[in-house]
Amino acid sequence: MRREGSALSGVGTVILKELADNLTSTRMRLLELLIFVTGAGAAYSTIGAVKDQIGEYPFVFLLIFTSAHEPLPSFVGFLGFLIPIVAIALGFDAVNSEFNRRTMSRILAQPIYRDALLIGKFLAGLITLAVVLSALWLLVLGLGILLLGLPPNTDEVLRGLAFLVAAIAYGGVWLALAMLFSVIFRSAATAALAGLAVWLLFAFFWQMLVPIVTMAVAPPDPYDPISALRTIDVGMDISRLSPNTLFSEATLAFLSPTTRSLGPVLSSQVQGSIRGAPLPLGDSLMMVWPQLTALLATVILLFVIAYVLFQRQEVRA
Amino acid sequence: MSDAIIIAEQLTKAYGRAIAVDHLDLAIEKGEVFGLLGPNGAGKTTTILMLLGLTEPTSGRARIAGFDPLRQPLEVKRRAGYMPDQVGFYDNLSGIANLRYTARLSGIPTGEIDSRINAAIARVGLAEVAAKAVKTYSRGMRQRLAIAEILMKQAQIAILDEPTGGLDPQATREFLELIRSLKHDGMTILLSSHLLDLVQSVCDRVALFNAGRLGLIGRVNDLLRDVLGGSHVIRLEATGHGLDEAIRAVPGVKRMTVEGGIFRIETTDDLRPDIARAVVRAGGGLISIAAGHASLEEVYTQYFEGVRDAA
Repeated sequence: MRREGSALSGVGTVILKELADNLTSTRMRLLELLIFVTGAGAAYSTIGAVKDQIGEYPFVFLLIFTSAHEPLPSFVGFLGFLIPIVAIALGFDAVNSEFNRRTMSRILAQPIYRDALLIGKFLAGLITLAVVLSALWLLVLGLGILLLGLPPNTDEVLRGLAFLVAAIAYGGVWLALAMLFSVIFRSAATAALAGLAVWLLFAFFWQMLVPIVTMAVAPPDPYDPISALRTIDVGMDISRLSPNTLFSEATLAFLSPTTRSLGPVLSSQVQGSIRGAPLPLGDSLMMVWPQLTALLATVILLFVIAYVLFQRQEVRA
Repeated sequence: MSDAIIIAEQLTKAYGRAIAVDHLDLAIEKGEVFGLLGPNGAGKTTTILMLLGLTEPTSGRARIAGFDPLRQPLEVKRRAGYMPDQVGFYDNLSGIANLRYTARLSGIPTGEIDSRINAAIARVGLAEVAAKAVKTYSRGMRQRLAIAEILMKQAQIAILDEPTGGLDPQATREFLELIRSLKHDGMTILLSSHLLDLVQSVCDRVALFNAGRLGLIGRVNDLLRDVLGGSHVIRLEATGHGLDEAIRAVPGVKRMTVEGGIFRIETTDDLRPDIARAVVRAGGGLISIAAGHASLEEVYTQYFEGVRDAA
């Protein structure tokens, strides 16, 4: 059966309203403060170490992002933690709060489809996330220029931008997950806890679970050296079910241009290569194209599930 | 019936095996105030949601202003304003900001939004608080803001779910007055309520609901006459013993209830002289006797008791 009228009428209005809500909410202010202080702090602390590398390494700017200065983790490491939290904070009460405030039936009685509400809320969250991350990215780049006294070269800027896109896609995964929970759970607190539980699983426990599962699924045969390789491959595949792994691999490829492979490399494969020579950006991109695609696919999959559940939900609370 | 603006034909909604609305037929004419009356859980809200296209009927169809809520929900929602039961607003935004959001969602031309909002807000008497956050509003003010939203949309039809729910008597009276003025403007109004007596004064016609089925439908006075059999109600205040039997013995008395010395007597005719005589003869002290009014509540009780007894 066909419905008349555009499913997208009203999306712009919803986006503007939600953006205004997101950007003015106290919750968002706190998270921005957190992410800026930690992010900028991490970047600042590494710059001293990075300075020594000027003239020795062609991608000094990228080192600001990746090098860790004990006891602080690297800037990228911080983002891996913080992006999911910001995204969950943006999405966990997107849908259920409309029910709890009893505004849902009134809003849906306006001439819009439900599609507009969900799409608008998701896009507003994504835009907020993109704004925060872009601002942070510019801040770090600016700090780098000030403290190193050097402008970044084109390749560094492009790699940085590619990293920014990957970070936004990674945030999109968590935002879509949080919105899915906000559709499933009528209580905002339950939805937030469910989101944080998944985050905890992937951030801390996944790397512990992967070897256990791998050994059970594909144990290496001591008499067959190729089986050891297979075990490593299976382990990596399982590990890549986690969006955190996908993001960190994408980050590695973009920000460490000397990375030539994400998996095991046989000595026959490196014969004749120049050690430590950077890959061109195009090749780095090719290497993590599957990771980027997987991140985007996860966003779409989670959003579609949330969409279908939301369409079937009864309006009355 | 050619004038009907809201039509339901065999409208049915089942949740699993539970049937919320059972083959409902309804035709509401333009400019009418129509009441859907019945206890909580009788299927009133479900009916309203189906009419607005907010929930899908299991079978049957509806038409609002000539549009099908299932296929053309945007056209329907452009013409019908809805005030849900316990209406909610964004608490941190002002009344005006809340209306501005829905105005944009309904696609009102940007240039007209402010003037329409101001006119609507003045009409419902919220002009003084319109710029304040909705969290400072009372229940009655929120409900009036919801009416302002419907006015702003310039809807032809207003669908109000439990519009007087949770209001104090003063606020209720003001609210009913507002509904009357909307009717005066030619708006068609469909309202649902479980408070039968309250709405009987504003509704042109009512439909009595019970367990998803439509029991009775018609003008309030017709229903009173048909169901109560044109009976009269007499209120009697008297003191003395044995009055019960004495009054019951009067020919024509159908039913009687006593509450704190006040007798409520249903009779076939105006039997005030006969009853007064019976009280005096029984040695009772007659304090007052008056003809009362039958209410919709009694119609409802009597009708559905009858249905239950027959079943």
